Amino acid sequence: MDGLMQADDSWLVAGRRFSSRLVVGTGKYKDLETTAAAIEASGAEMVTVAVRRVNLSDRKAPMLQDYVSPARYTYLPNTAGCFTADEAVRTLRLAREAGGWNLVKLEVLGPAPTLYPDMAATLLAAEALIKDGFEVMVYCSDDPVAAKRLEEMGCVAIMPLGAPIGSGLGVQNPLMIRMIIEQAKVPVLVDAGVGTAYDAAFAMELGCDAVLVNSAIAMADDPVLMARAMKAGVEAGRLAYRAGRIPRRGEASASSPMSGLIR
Amino acid sequence: MPVMKSIMDALALTVNGEPMSVAPGLSVAGLVANLELDTRKVAVERNLEIVPRSAYESTRLEDGDTLEIVHFIGGG
Repeated sequence: MDGLMQADDSWLVAGRRFSSRLVVGTGKYKDLETTAAAIEASGAEMVTVAVRRVNLSDRKAPMLQDYVSPARYTYLPNTAGCFTADEAVRTLRLAREAGGWNLVKLEVLGPAPTLYPDMAATLLAAEALIKDGFEVMVYCSDDPVAAKRLEEMGCVAIMPLGAPIGSGLGVQNPLMIRMIIEQAKVPVLVDAGVGTAYDAAFAMELGCDAVLVNSAIAMADDPVLMARAMKAGVEAGRLAYRAGRIPRRGEASASSPMSGLIR
Repeated sequence: MPVMKSIMDALALTVNGEPMSVAPGLSVAGLVANLELDTRKVAVERNLEIVPRSAYESTRLEDGDTLEIVHFIGGG
């Protein structure tokens, strides 16, 4: 790797280049001021957003766009709350009209308490969205077969869960995440399950292209501080991945030379 | 027998799930303006079809129309 490549460690999704490998959600914050401050601190360039009805009884309520500018951040509209392909397509067509772009996050979830990705419905929705001209970053199970199929269909990023949404348990199945990364030709992001900076660093050390975090920042006691921690965690994990870690070994190896000791 | 509606009668719409009565001849642009919404921040669907911003002025509402007006909110 030459010096230029070392310096430019950006990543590319659907022809868009990003420097930050941390993507953040904008949900669950106590208010929009905190949302804006935490996202700023995270260094993220891409943020996920939901599409919902305007509240007609409180039309003067502040809007997300007034705090998190779509001119500054790439909005990634999601399909949260959609359970069928038709609902997902309908929601994202509205998002495309509101925002004017095609890059979207598809998520079709099963029922609580797992909220696990419904892969049968996800595959159908992905097909419909791609046909409709969307560039689909897809939330999915940590299933390498399903992940490959989604990639072959034309999804622009594969986003397996590390652990159930909002659980904060970190990457529960690193072996499968690793297998998904090794076979993928499009970016792989761990989406869901990150609880703290360590989890983000761990995901990046596995070789993920980026990590998507929402609850762990928004629900932390100090979201702005946690946003900084996640930024540092993602950077540390990425650097460690690039640096190449030492092999694990079952015996000690002294760090100081045994020669030249005083007698 | 249903009462025939005259062109002077108010239009009965459903907007975001709520009944709403508006003046006949109102366009989507007029409705969005009445609701004091910023057209740059919302998207409108009329009877399950997207209304492009460029068509707000030319799209006249009709009695019985169902509209969804959405925007972006925080989400994961």
